[in-house]
Amino acid sequence: MTLAKRVIPCLDVRGDKVVKSVRFEETKDVGDAVVLAERYDAGGADELVFLDINASHERRRTMVAFASQVADRIFIPFTVGGGIDSADLAAEILRVGADKVAVNSAAVRDPAIIGDIAGRFGSQATVLSIDAREHDGSWEVVVDGGRVGTGNDAIVWARDAVGRGAGEILLNSIDRDGTKLGFDLDLVRAVADAVHVPVIASGGASSGDDFVTLFRETGADAGLAASIFHYGELTVAQVKDALARAGIPVRPVLS
Amino acid sequence: MIAIVDYGVGNLASVRKAFIAVGAQAELVDDPERLREARAVVLPGVGHFGHCAREFDRSGFAPALHLARERGVPLLGICVGMQLFFAGSEEAADEPGLGLLPGMAARMRDVPRLPQIGWNEVRLQGTHPWLGGIADGDHMYFVHSYAAEPASDVVLGTTEYGGERVAIVGDEGLLGVQFHPEKSGKPGLRLLDAFVKAVA
Repeated sequence: MTLAKRVIPCLDVRGDKVVKSVRFEETKDVGDAVVLAERYDAGGADELVFLDINASHERRRTMVAFASQVADRIFIPFTVGGGIDSADLAAEILRVGADKVAVNSAAVRDPAIIGDIAGRFGSQATVLSIDAREHDGSWEVVVDGGRVGTGNDAIVWARDAVGRGAGEILLNSIDRDGTKLGFDLDLVRAVADAVHVPVIASGGASSGDDFVTLFRETGADAGLAASIFHYGELTVAQVKDALARAGIPVRPVLS
Repeated sequence: MIAIVDYGVGNLASVRKAFIAVGAQAELVDDPERLREARAVVLPGVGHFGHCAREFDRSGFAPALHLARERGVPLLGICVGMQLFFAGSEEAADEPGLGLLPGMAARMRDVPRLPQIGWNEVRLQGTHPWLGGIADGDHMYFVHSYAAEPASDVVLGTTEYGGERVAIVGDEGLLGVQFHPEKSGKPGLRLLDAFVKAVA
């Protein structure tokens, strides 16, 4: 056996609330979000990603407190992203027990932040989150929640960011996000082939087979999904069953 | 008290929280003098070996740690903290380690990706009085680009990543793990729990 492919639920939070409601129970505040994270942990999640999709200045304080609460209760790795625009803010989040921070729009505006965070905390703590959409046969980096095009090529940006110290790429296909059409294999393959660091693929997954195809056909190390897990349409255990049956190494769900 | 050496590096909150979760009295200690009170000493570390070695040196902990070792106070090294037990690392040729174990850490070659990030199986290859709680084949969480290459027979566990890599080392009075038990879910907490009980 070798390194297991990772299955990562993503929780979209807005300061102190999980944005998407959860089928089995309304999730309204930080405490509930932590409970949800614990459930994912118990359900076999290999890692968790918390993205504050609309972080404002005040909410960032809440994110630090939230990260601390997660670290009190969850003993698997987790990443916090969304609105991280300085190495100092990254420092606060990492110091309370988060393992990694993900930078996105702020890094596009000022790529030096990647080196600032990696220089202080190491590449392993520095995730570059890329939102990409297809545009004239290549992939363009978009920012601000996928709303604003930058004209930058996603492959070039990924390579540049790794050169600056990013230790992992969280790659989200805006075209596939929410479509349930499966991961954007061409995009993931192109980025995974271009960089030597692990790539987490995001956007479009709706079934265990989508994860099987992802790992069979691209060099991705991890697959991430949000809504399908939140709404209980698919469980981490089901994904891992499908992967194990396909002969792809996974970390078994512990009872 | 289990002293977690706070030399200005790494994911100390996570380590402390994991020890607390298994019921241990664990404290972050930034004063070398306080190692005298410690029942066991945990040396964490994450990121660049050179940065860790420099900060450790600057913190003034080195004499206290050597003294603790001489007094037989149990030591547990985690990730780069474990690599610091060795003479040094290829990652920073000018920064020596503690030299408690012979050998160096070296960059992993012929690997699919660097760093290795994620869960990998640990194969146990030896026993140690403090190494309970973990079973052969347990998945543990690894984050590293360099791996220890011991010059003596101190390897207690390995993992497979483009070749056999050192995952656990041990000697009398000392245990080191390349993975992060504080982030390895239940098996990780079991390992810490067993360590705490064994050194009590």
